[in-house]
Amino acid sequence: MAKLDPADGFMARLLRWPPALPGLTFLALLLIWEFGTRIFAVPAYILPAPSRIVQGFEAVPASRWLEHIWATLRVALMGYGAAIAISLPIAIGLAKSRLLSRALYPLLVVIQSVPVVAVAPIIIVILGTDDAPRIVITFMISFFPLVVSMTTGLMATPPELIELSQSLRAPLRREITQIRLPYATPYIFSGLKISITLAVIGAVVAEFVAAEKGLGYFIQFSTSMFRLPQAWAGLLVLVAMSLILFQAVSLIQRVFYPWSLPKGER
Amino acid sequence: MAKEHAIEFAGVGQRFDTDTGPLQALSDVSLRVAQHEFVAVLGPSGCGKSTLLRLTAGLLRASEGAVQVFGMPVTRPRDDIGIVFQQATLLPWANIEDNVLFPAKHMRGRVRAEDRARAREIIETVGLAGFETRFPGELSGGMQQRVGIARALFLNPDILLMDEPFSALDALTRDAMGYELLRLWQASPKTVLFITHSIPEAVLLADRILVMSARPGQVVADYTVPLPRPRDEHSLRAPEIQDFMGELRGLLIKKEPA
Repeated sequence: MAKLDPADGFMARLLRWPPALPGLTFLALLLIWEFGTRIFAVPAYILPAPSRIVQGFEAVPASRWLEHIWATLRVALMGYGAAIAISLPIAIGLAKSRLLSRALYPLLVVIQSVPVVAVAPIIIVILGTDDAPRIVITFMISFFPLVVSMTTGLMATPPELIELSQSLRAPLRREITQIRLPYATPYIFSGLKISITLAVIGAVVAEFVAAEKGLGYFIQFSTSMFRLPQAWAGLLVLVAMSLILFQAVSLIQRVFYPWSLPKGER
Repeated sequence: MAKEHAIEFAGVGQRFDTDTGPLQALSDVSLRVAQHEFVAVLGPSGCGKSTLLRLTAGLLRASEGAVQVFGMPVTRPRDDIGIVFQQATLLPWANIEDNVLFPAKHMRGRVRAEDRARAREIIETVGLAGFETRFPGELSGGMQQRVGIARALFLNPDILLMDEPFSALDALTRDAMGYELLRLWQASPKTVLFITHSIPEAVLLADRILVMSARPGQVVADYTVPLPRPRDEHSLRAPEIQDFMGELRGLLIKKEPA
């Protein structure tokens, strides 16, 4: 490794620590934000200072926060789960059958092209105001990347391995579970990572339309009451939730499927 | 009793329907491979060599003519045929031992203790003892292809089909793998159909060489290699072998479309 020289001081070593640089950038931005809003006396409804956002966060009791977080998290995870459960058989069908692929793919693209935000109110009218419509909206937003990534992955298997499977006269079930699905794992995880953040967006969109709980509802409600620092606090909680969910999916991949990561990330 | 041939093609033609119209890959191919014979199929790229191999393996059904293995028409893949592909195509998530016993796992759905024992035995035979728990990504190209060969040998097939197995390797590794294959074949004789476009490789390894023409592929020449066994790195230097290789080269160049 690098040998010690006079220039190798504390700062140089600190900066080589991977989270140091983005952390410092973030800290600098926070300071500019805090003092910028104070010096130019920016009103809180336009841009509250970070300290005001912290106050807004503390003004809401922890139990209320947990209630909102749990409501959004539950809908996001249920919609996400539904998206996974439904996209897998569809992807297997698309990958195995040209006919099905020709029949279904254009339809999927049409569904994907429908702006879910615009359809959300209609879905809520159809399905009522409990969890069901929110889960459907989350599902609709998060499932398309999953279908595409899974189908691509299932078709990425080297044809030789499929020939090997055929030469062993293995049943289709084993061709899928022992060859195609493992081969698709890197692709599936790309889809899972994209979709988990989309699922959070879906849950929030649904809450904007009709809800009495959840972070999306909280942000909208706080804004309408002109409590902007609280709305910002809600937004930051939402961002944190998205990041944690994304990291959780990454962690599952790193722990259980390390071979599916690109070489540099193992 | 007249010994039946391990592989026999009689007037085999193969047509594929592609988006741009029908494609005649093979035309009127007749050939015979005796049991435990090592036959190399030499030809330019796109001459249907791989099609020949897939017809033998039962992965394709011939559009014309008849393909027989041990006197039986080939109607579906058989257990007594092992295939080695151009790329090792190992499973990146499985270690070497699991890759080698994959045929058992894939065919029966589970792994028995004797499968593990057999896998370790074969891994030792191909010179990879000690690498059982390594993963394909940690192995060099030559070692990966050794695993590919071990996987093909796992079910102890009578016939080994090899589709340009060493063409993705560098020249030195390629030579080493050729000698390794000869050693394996002499220790445990099998009928080998070896597809290649390398003349020295074909001459070094095979008892017989079938030369194919460009598409539609036809067998245009059938040579017995005039080289005694065992063979080594000096075998190819003899003047008459150089002449023989020159003759093959002339045939291939003539058959290669300009």
